[in-house]
Amino acid sequence: MKFIVSILLSALFAYAVGIYGNLPWWSFVITNLIISVALNQTPGKSFLSGALGVGVLWLGLALVIDAQNQHILSVKVATLLPLKGSYTVLITITTLVGFLLGGLSALTGSFVRKS
Amino acid sequence: MRLLPLIASAVVTVGLVAVLNTQLPIGATKSPKLGYFLSPQHGFWKNAEKVNTNFDASIVASELKGNVDVYMDDRLVPHIYADHDEDAYFVQGYLHAKFRLWQMDFQTRVASGRLSEIAGADKLSIDRFFRRLGMVYGAEQTEKYINENNPVMKATVDAYTAGVNAYLKQLSPEDLPFEYKLMNYTPEEWTPKKTYLFLMFMSYDLTGRSASADLQLTNTRDYLGYDLFDKLYTNQQDSLDPIIPKGTAFAKPSIVPTKPVGSDIAYLKKQDPNLAASKISASPEAPDKNNGSNNWAVSGSKTKSGRPILCSDPHLGLNLPSLWYEVQITTPTHSTYGASFPGSPAVIIGFNDSLAWGVTNAGRDVLDYYELKFKDSTQKEYWFNGGWQATTNRQEIIKVKDSADVVENIAMTHWGPAMFDAHYQNPQSKGRNLAVKWTGHNASSGVETFYKLNRAKNFDDYLSAISLWKCPGQNFVFASKSGDVAIKQQGSFVARWDHQGDFIMPGEDSSYDWQGIIPNDENPMIKNPARGFVSSANQKSVDPSYPYYLGTAGSFPLYRGISVNKRLITMNQITAEDMQHLQTDNYNVFAEVARPALMKFIDPTKLSPDAQRMVGEMTKWNLYNNGNEKGITVFKLIWDSVENAVWGDELAGSPIPLTKPESFVLLDQMNKDTNFSVADDIRTKGKVETLKEQINLGVENATKQLLALEKEGRIEWSAFKATRVSHLTKIPALSRLNLPIGGGVNIINATSEAHGPSWRMVVHLTDEIEAYGLYPGGQSGNPGSIYYDTFVDYWAAGKYYRLLFLKKEKLIANERTKWHIQFKTA
Repeated sequence: MKFIVSILLSALFAYAVGIYGNLPWWSFVITNLIISVALNQTPGKSFLSGALGVGVLWLGLALVIDAQNQHILSVKVATLLPLKGSYTVLITITTLVGFLLGGLSALTGSFVRKS
Repeated sequence: MRLLPLIASAVVTVGLVAVLNTQLPIGATKSPKLGYFLSPQHGFWKNAEKVNTNFDASIVASELKGNVDVYMDDRLVPHIYADHDEDAYFVQGYLHAKFRLWQMDFQTRVASGRLSEIAGADKLSIDRFFRRLGMVYGAEQTEKYINENNPVMKATVDAYTAGVNAYLKQLSPEDLPFEYKLMNYTPEEWTPKKTYLFLMFMSYDLTGRSASADLQLTNTRDYLGYDLFDKLYTNQQDSLDPIIPKGTAFAKPSIVPTKPVGSDIAYLKKQDPNLAASKISASPEAPDKNNGSNNWAVSGSKTKSGRPILCSDPHLGLNLPSLWYEVQITTPTHSTYGASFPGSPAVIIGFNDSLAWGVTNAGRDVLDYYELKFKDSTQKEYWFNGGWQATTNRQEIIKVKDSADVVENIAMTHWGPAMFDAHYQNPQSKGRNLAVKWTGHNASSGVETFYKLNRAKNFDDYLSAISLWKCPGQNFVFASKSGDVAIKQQGSFVARWDHQGDFIMPGEDSSYDWQGIIPNDENPMIKNPARGFVSSANQKSVDPSYPYYLGTAGSFPLYRGISVNKRLITMNQITAEDMQHLQTDNYNVFAEVARPALMKFIDPTKLSPDAQRMVGEMTKWNLYNNGNEKGITVFKLIWDSVENAVWGDELAGSPIPLTKPESFVLLDQMNKDTNFSVADDIRTKGKVETLKEQINLGVENATKQLLALEKEGRIEWSAFKATRVSHLTKIPALSRLNLPIGGGVNIINATSEAHGPSWRMVVHLTDEIEAYGLYPGGQSGNPGSIYYDTFVDYWAAGKYYRLLFLKKEKLIANERTKWHIQFKTA
C-alpha cells in the first residue's frame, strides 16, 4: 500500500511542480526526495517507487502528446539527436531519464532517513 | 554506517542532474540541455502541437484603442479586422510573434552581427562582417530619421513593436519556440530598431553582393590584366530584352556623370598588363547570386475577362520558417492582402480592393569601395582632398557566448565605415584599407512605401508610394481594377559614369565620388504600353541609350526576361490559370540557343561510346527543365565542363577566388568566333587547343560525371538538383529535402538547389478580386506544428491556393474560416 501511495505521490508532485514553467525542469528531484524521507521505505522500494512515479508520468505525457501530434515533432527530434527517426526510441529515452532521476532522488531520500 | 550510501547516492543524483542540465559538445556544435529538452513539461514535447489544435482565443490588451477581430482560415492565414490602423499593426505584431517569434529574433540577430552571442565564437567572422559593413549603423540612421520626421511611421512601427512585446509578456517558459530550447537561449524584447535591422537585411540580401563582387572583380582584373578582363567580362549583352522596350526614348539627363581625368590608368589600370593580384580576398558572406524575381502585368486587352492580371514571384533563399507570412489587414482606411515580413508591419507584396503590386530586384550597383590612406596605425586621420582629415571612431561590441567580448573599432570616413583595415583582413591581405559607401547606410522611409501601397487607390497613389523607396532598388509592377498596368524601377540609384564602382576606387580625393543620385522621374518607367504588358526578370532595365551606367553584366541575368517576354507577346485571351502555368514554366531559353551552338562543335566520331550516348540524350531532350528529364542534366554538366575547360586554365593559378565569366560570354563567342584564343589551355606548353577540342574534352569530362550519376540513380533533373527548403539553422531534420520539382537558373520557374520562387502570386483584378498564391513553407514557424510546411508539396507540384479576400461578414460565413481570435481593449 505504502509503495503504491509513494508512486502516486511521486507522480502527482512531479506533475505539480512541472506545471510552473518558471521552476527548473529537475524540481521533481526535490519533491521525490521529500516524499521518500516522509514515507520511509527500504532503499530498493524507494528507488522503484520514485522511478516508477516519474518514469510512468513522463512516459504517459510523452505518449499522449505524441499521439495528438501524430509524431510530427518526435520524428524530427529523433532524426536530429540522432536516433534514426525512431519516436519509440525517443519516448523510451525520455522515460528512462525520468525513471533514473526519479529513482535516484528517492533513493537518496531513503538514505537520509536511515543515516 | 548509512552515510556512505547517502553521499554516493546524492552525488550520483546531483551529478546526473548536472550532466543533463549542461549543453554537451557534439563536434563543432552543442547539444541541448538534455534533461530540460526531454522533460515533457518543459522541453520540446511542449512544442508538439495537437494536429487538431483549436486556435480560438480571447486576448485583452490595454494598448489597443478598440476591439479587433481576427479570423483564421483553414491554411492558418489571419484576416485582421480592426477599427483603427494602429490596432491592426499591433495585432499583426502579436500574430507574427505568436507564429514566427524565433525566426524574427534570429534574422535580426544575423543582421546586427549578434550570432556569436547565442552560438559562440564560431560565428564571429559573420558577425564582424555585418558590423563592419555598417548594418547596425544603417538601421540607426533610419530609426533616428523616422523618430524625428515621420510620426505616422513611428506610430505604426511602435504599435507593431507593442504587439510583439504583448505576446512576449504572456509567453511562459515552457511555451518558448522549439529552437530556443534546442540552442538554449531566450527571446528578448522587440524594438523598432529590430524592424529597421530586418529591413537592412533585405537591403543587404538584394544589393550586398557588390560587397564581395567588387573585390573579386578587382582581383580578377588585376590577375588577368585589363585587356583580357574586358573581353571575358564584357557588359555587352546582344540578346538583351530590357524591361523598358528597346528604342524607347529617354529624357535628357539632369546629371551628366563625368569620368575623372586619368582614370583609365589610375582606376581601370588599362596599361598594367600584369598586376600582382590584390591581396583582399572574398568576404565570408555573400548574398545568393540568383536573388531575383519575376513580375509582370497584362492589361485587359490581352485577357479573357478584359481586366488586368498581375503576377509576382520573388526568388530568394528557400527557408523554413519562410521569409513570408500571409495576412489580410482590413481597417476603415483600407483593405489589403498579401505576403508580409515577420519583423515588419504592413503587407509587402500583395493587393488591395483597388489594385495589386509586386517587386523584383533592380540589380543596380549601389555599393562601392574606396581605398583609404591612414596617417598612422591609430587610424585617427586619413588623407582626403589634399589634407589629413579626422575620422570618428565607431565602436561595435560583439558579445560572444562562453568567451570575452570582441570590440570592433571602425573608423568612420567621408565615404562611410572603413570596413577593411589592419584589424580586419583576410590572411592574404596586407595593408589595404577600404571604406564602403552604400545607399543602404542612408536613412530611409522605406517602410512607408508599403504602408502607402497598402492604401493606394490608383496609379498616382502607387507612384507617390514608391517615390519614397531607396534601397534595395526594385522594379515595382502595378495593375489596377480601373485598367492601368505599369512598371517602374525605383530606388536611390547612383548617377554613374561607365564602370564607376565596378572595382575598388581611389579614395584620396573626391574625384571618384558619386556625382549625384538620379532623380526619381528619370528612373525607368513604362505605363500601359502598346504591347499590352509590362514585365521584369532582373535583366537590365534599359538599352544602352539610357544616360546612366547600371553596373556589371553579372548583376543582370539575361534569359528569364527573354522567356517571359517571348511568351507574353504571343499570349492572348489570358486567364489566371494561364498565368499560373507561365509562373511555373520550365522552358530553357538558354539551352535553346546554347545546345545548337555546342552541337556545331561536337564531333561524335571522336567521342567515346558513352559520350555519344550522352550527347544523344541531350539532342533528344525537349528543352524543358521538368523534374523527370535527363537531357537537362546532361546539358548542364556538359556546359559547365566546357566552361571549365575554356576558363579554368586562365583562372586556375590564382590563390584567391576570382569571378567566373558569365555564360552568355562564352555562348556569344561560340556563335561569333570559332578561333577564340582564350580557348587555348595556357597550361599546356607548345600546344594550342581550339574551341572545338575544348568542347569535345568538356563532353568527355561531363560523361564521367554523368555515368556516376546514372549509377546513383540521380541523373533525372529533380533528383540531380535536389531542391530543398532549409530550416534557418540548416538542420536537415527540420528541413524539407529532395523535392520533386523542375526549373532552375535561367528558367521562369527559377527553382535551383536552395533558392527559388518564394511567394507566387497571381491577381486577377476583377470586381471581386480573384487571387491565387502560396509560398514554400507554412504559416506556423513551429517545427512541431502541422502548419509548419503545409504548402511545400503543393508549391513543388506547381499548384496554387485561392486566396480568401473578403469583407468581414462574408469571411465569417465562409466555410474555410475556422477560428476566431478576439482582441479586446482593457
